[in-house]
Amino acid sequence: MLDPAGEATRAAAARLGVDGIRKLRIGKSIELELEAPDAQVAQSQLELLSDRLLANPVIENWSLELLDGNGEQQP
Amino acid sequence: MTVGIVVFPGSNCDRDVRWALEGCVGLATRFLWHEDRDLSGLDAVVIPGGFSYGDYLRCGAIARFAPVLESLRDFAQAGGAVLGICNGFQVLTELGLLPGALTRNAKLHFLCEPTGLLVQPGLCRWLQGYAPDEQIVLPIAHGEGRYQCDPQELAALEANGQVVLRYSSNPNGSVGDVAGLTNATGNVLGLMPHPERACDPVTGRLDGLRLLASLKGLSKANQKGGC
Repeated sequence: MLDPAGEATRAAAARLGVDGIRKLRIGKSIELELEAPDAQVAQSQLELLSDRLLANPVIENWSLELLDGNGEQQP
Repeated sequence: MTVGIVVFPGSNCDRDVRWALEGCVGLATRFLWHEDRDLSGLDAVVIPGGFSYGDYLRCGAIARFAPVLESLRDFAQAGGAVLGICNGFQVLTELGLLPGALTRNAKLHFLCEPTGLLVQPGLCRWLQGYAPDEQIVLPIAHGEGRYQCDPQELAALEANGQVVLRYSSNPNGSVGDVAGLTNATGNVLGLMPHPERACDPVTGRLDGLRLLASLKGLSKANQKGGC
């Protein structure tokens, strides 16, 4: 799907002399802290939020990364 | 006959819609605050343009969860007449009453200009005052009006006659030149152009009048409103 902000940014990058960009898409990243009894519940609640509120699946793809309390990525 | 007009924090065309309906068409209206749930006594509901909840997250994404829209979903599914203009169209797609989504204009500019449209009324109850293939001009005013859906969805909408308004000269990159869509039963209409800004002779255009006057059965060409 056309990403006009990404295209405009790629054009600006070329004016800076960097014209080897094959792909530049702009999206959003959402930082979210959630209390949940375990990782599985957290995962399912986050999937619900991502699918129904944070992203519109008609026009956006989403992925989520679960971090532990120290900000480290969960295995 | 009373028409509800939804008011979100950030709506800014609610009073224009009230003026067009009351002053130009001669219908009674009632503002519906976003926390209202009671739609009793209403014959139709309009979701006006603006920036509901600041358009935070995505246009219409937060409005979709407003209590008034839970009632509106039932109202529409029971066959009630629902019109979403501009931000109202965005809200209707987020709510799932119309398919697809509205995204950032292809050239990124906010567009505020008169726009030629081709009307194909089909079953849409709001457009019965227009002739098939009639060309009209309505103002647009949006930054996120590029209609998007997948090709199969668009083909199905075309086949069902649900693409009822198309841009004559596509200003924003919408697929299929889509400017307005109706649902399968024709009672819900979402459109990016602003019919309420073309109802009063003082604005210089009257092509929107027949759309709103459809609620009253006023559907004669060049019908003069009560302005």
